[in-house]
Formats: sequence, structure tokens, C-alpha cells
Amino acid sequence: MSTPLVIDITILVLSLLVGFEVISKVPATLHTPLMSGANAIHGIVVVGAMLVAPTADGPLGYVLVFFAAVFAAMNVVGGYVVTDRMLEMFRR
Amino acid sequence: MSGSDAAIHLLFLTAAVCFVVGLHLMNTPRTARRGNQLSAAGMLLAVATAVGLLARDREITATGLVVLVAGLAVGSAAGLYCARAVRMTAMPQLVSVFNAVGGGAAALVAFAEVVRHGGASGLADASAQLTVAVGLDVLIGAVTFSGSVIAAGKLQGTISGAPLVVRGARALAGLTAAVAVGGVVAVIAGQGGLIVLTVAAVAALAFGVLMVLPIGGADMPVVISLLNACTGTAVAMAGFVLDSSVLIIAGALVGASGAILTVLMAEAMNRSITAIILGGFGTGDAAGGTAAAGGTGTVRSVTADDAALQLAYARKVVVVPGYGLAAARAQHELVELANLLEGHGVEVTYAIHPVAGRMPGHMNVLLAEAHVPYPKMLELEEANAELARADVALVVGANDVTNPAARRPGNPISGMPILDVDRAGGVIVIKRSMGHGYAGIDNELYTDPKTAMLFADAKAGLAALTAAAKTLVH
Repeated sequence: MSTPLVIDITILVLSLLVGFEVISKVPATLHTPLMSGANAIHGIVVVGAMLVAPTADGPLGYVLVFFAAVFAAMNVVGGYVVTDRMLEMFRR
Repeated sequence: MSGSDAAIHLLFLTAAVCFVVGLHLMNTPRTARRGNQLSAAGMLLAVATAVGLLARDREITATGLVVLVAGLAVGSAAGLYCARAVRMTAMPQLVSVFNAVGGGAAALVAFAEVVRHGGASGLADASAQLTVAVGLDVLIGAVTFSGSVIAAGKLQGTISGAPLVVRGARALAGLTAAVAVGGVVAVIAGQGGLIVLTVAAVAALAFGVLMVLPIGGADMPVVISLLNACTGTAVAMAGFVLDSSVLIIAGALVGASGAILTVLMAEAMNRSITAIILGGFGTGDAAGGTAAAGGTGTVRSVTADDAALQLAYARKVVVVPGYGLAAARAQHELVELANLLEGHGVEVTYAIHPVAGRMPGHMNVLLAEAHVPYPKMLELEEANAELARADVALVVGANDVTNPAARRPGNPISGMPILDVDRAGGVIVIKRSMGHGYAGIDNELYTDPKTAMLFADAKAGLAALTAAAKTLVH
């Protein structure tokens, strides 16, 4: 196993534990905004689409990058906006 | 590691910290909005850092840049439109759509990486780390994509919500799963390139469809949570493909969140996750359960006037809203009635079962939209303490989650956590007919001597109650 892989696995496992710890405290009232907010966070794949873009140099590569960018941007922008819209409604 | 490499890593780390702290702030409704905004700020930082990285390396071709920017613009516009236009009742569909595109994007990123490696010839020499990550990313991403699209279709009603069971579907699902996994194993073993990976991806897409199609509408909260966890995992795998820690961290956070919600929802419905996933595969959904509870009592029907009288002279009323309320879009009528009662000195709270709605916490959002203050929305335990003290429980559009039969063994809902509506002083149920809920059994609550049935559609029934109450309190 290479060192970068070991480091990546370490990060994955620790992040999962942090996730379980932080999210198990969220009250049921907020479960929909939580899921939608988490949804927005996995929109980080937009950074993945950007990182992989320089590798494209043929039609197939461009098509893949285009759709990855469309999907990821839709995910991240829509996710944050709709979560904010929901949370705005939660009032005392 | 050069100076700018270190800076880029630290900026991505800062973004990841924003995600974690942002999720942490979701612990209370008071700070939740700030939490989401912090998380969004982190995302903006991550994107800006990626822009900086592209500008520094200057490896992207001019066409590539145009394609990327065009894609980002189109996606952002589509996302913004959906987020602004969606009705709160349609939130589960939208979340499913975002799950789909997130999973799809993760799989496409893996494909783009494979194309860079030169497809067939290149992959054979690639490290096992890359091929394993690519394989898992493509499998999970593709299943999540098609599964979420089907889930969204079912929730929207474009695809039948009933469990769709076709002869041979189970065998076909098994076959597609075998092809998908086999293809990925071949890629990892260095025996296949782009074409084999594409075949695996198509098989995984088919499997996603076949997996979700047979699952019944009542199980949707679990399915959405599970697909959410899958998207997170797919994104984490994309992080392995690109060796990007911020993708791994963010993906893992979402994976954890989805996993927790999946377990919570399955517990609240008294179903095991395997039973839900495999249940649709032909072994019979809970909807096929037989009427085990022997409710032989008579049903007492009331007029809106009598029910309004009972509500207006109560000290404490607990409302039990269910999906029927949301389906009839009657939240606003409900809140109008509650405001009227409160003006008359009646204390009104809302008892919300974890699966009241089509996704976790859905009912709370619908009530929040109708301006119900969140401290009045009670979770299961709190709600049951309050129900025991309530003079009247008003049940609107909820069925199985109020059935006392769950406390006894030997029926389809045995052991399911329920709202103790039968422990309130009196019960008023607004319901169109004596029809069964998803569990397909009689609700013993309806034959309880202290229960009065107001037979009406949720919206019409609430409006009639409000009209009747107005004549009483003025």
C-alpha cells in the first residue's frame, strides 16, 4: 500500500467518525434541512470536475467534463439555496 | 511540496472545516441557517481554490475551459431554478434529484480520469489504488444516479408509487449486479479498459432502476436516506480517484449523515433495511400484511360543530399531522384553526412522528412553512408525554403511526414506535374513510369509545372545523 493511499484511508475513517458524532446530535425537526444541506456538501464533487478538466483533450473527455460540471454545479447551487430557503422558515 | 501546493491544501482543509462546523451548527434551529451559510462559504472557498489551481497550472486547454465554464453555468442556473421553484411538499423529489446528479457527477469524474489514462491501454498499468477507486466510484455513482431518478419519479407520481413487482425482475437485478461487479473486478485485475468499465456502468444503472422500482411509497424515507449515503460514498471515492482530501472528507460526512438517517428511519418504521431493499424483490411488501388486529367495536362519527366544540373547550390540544395532511396541502388550514384555538386560550402543540412525510423531518418543514414556531413541534418522546396530558388529540392524515396495535405482538406493525394518541382525554380523527394505511390493517384507535371520526378530506374537514369554531369563540 502506498503512503498517499494510507493517508487517504485515514482521512476517510476519521471523517466518517466526525460525521457520525456531529450528525447524531441533530434533532428530528431539522432532518430535512440536514439532508438537503448534506446534499449540498456532496456538491464538492464540483471541485472534482474542475480538477479533472485539465486532463480532457478529446471529444469524449470534453463531453464527460461538461456533464460532470452541469451535474455537480446543479447539485451544489441548488442544494445550498433550497436549504437556506427552508431554514429561513424555522422560527421561534 | 511547494509553497503554493501547501497553500492549496490548507485552503481545501479550511473548506472542510467549514463543512464540519456548519453541520455542527445544525444542532439547533436557532443556529442552523448560519451553519448552512458557513458550509456554503466553505464551498465557495473550495471552488475559488480550484480556480486558483487551474490558473496556476495552466494545463487546461482553451476548449476544456469553455466546456467547463459552460457546464458550470448551465448546472448553476438549473440548480438555482429548481431550488427557488420547488414547493415544500416536493422537497423529497428535489433531494432525490440532487442525489442523482451528485452521484452521476462522481461517476463521470472517474470516467474522465480513465480517459486521461488512455482507456484500454492505460488502465492496465494504473495502480490498484486508482482502479479500485474508479471501480467503486463508477458502481456506486451509477446505482445512485438511476436509483435516485426512479425514486424522484415515484415521489413525483410520474412512476407508480406502488411496489412494482414483475416476474423475473429479481433474477434480472441479480444478473445486472453480477455484470456490474464482474466488469469492475476485471478492470481492477487489469483485464479491461474503458469499454468494460462502460458495460459495468450501464449494468449498474440498470441495477439502480431494478432496485428502486419495486420499493413501496411508504418506504421512501429510508430509500432517500440510503441513496443520500450512497452519493456521499461515491463522492468520497471520487476523492480517492483524484487524491483530493477535501472530496474524501465531504463525501464521508454525507455518507455518515445518510447512514444515520437511514437507520433512524428504518427504526421508526419498524423495518429492517435489508427487508426494505429486498422486500420489494418479490418477498412481499408489508402492504400485503393481513388484518391481524381484531377491532370489532363501533365507530363514532361526529359533525364538525360537535368536534369544534370539543376543541374550543379543551385546555390542551395536541395535533397529530400525517402525510395525508401534506398530500391535501392543508397545512395552512390547520394552522388557521390552531391560531383560532390559541386565541381562545387553548394550548396547541404538534406531535410529529419521525416518518410523518416522505423524507426524514418533512412534516416539520411543511409546518414551518405554514409559520408554526419550531418549539411547538414535538418529537416522539416529548409528544407522548404531552399526549398523556392532552384533553384532545386531533389526528389529521396520520394512520399507522397512531395504531395502538403496535404495542402488541403478532401484527405487521408490532414494535413500531407510535404516538400514544389513545392516551389523550379525547380523540378527533379527520379522515376520508375507514380505509387502511400502508400497513394494511385496521386502526384500533378508530373504534376506541373516546374517538370521534370526522369523515372529510383533510382540507375540507379543517376548514369546516375552523368555521364552526369561529361561531363558538366569538
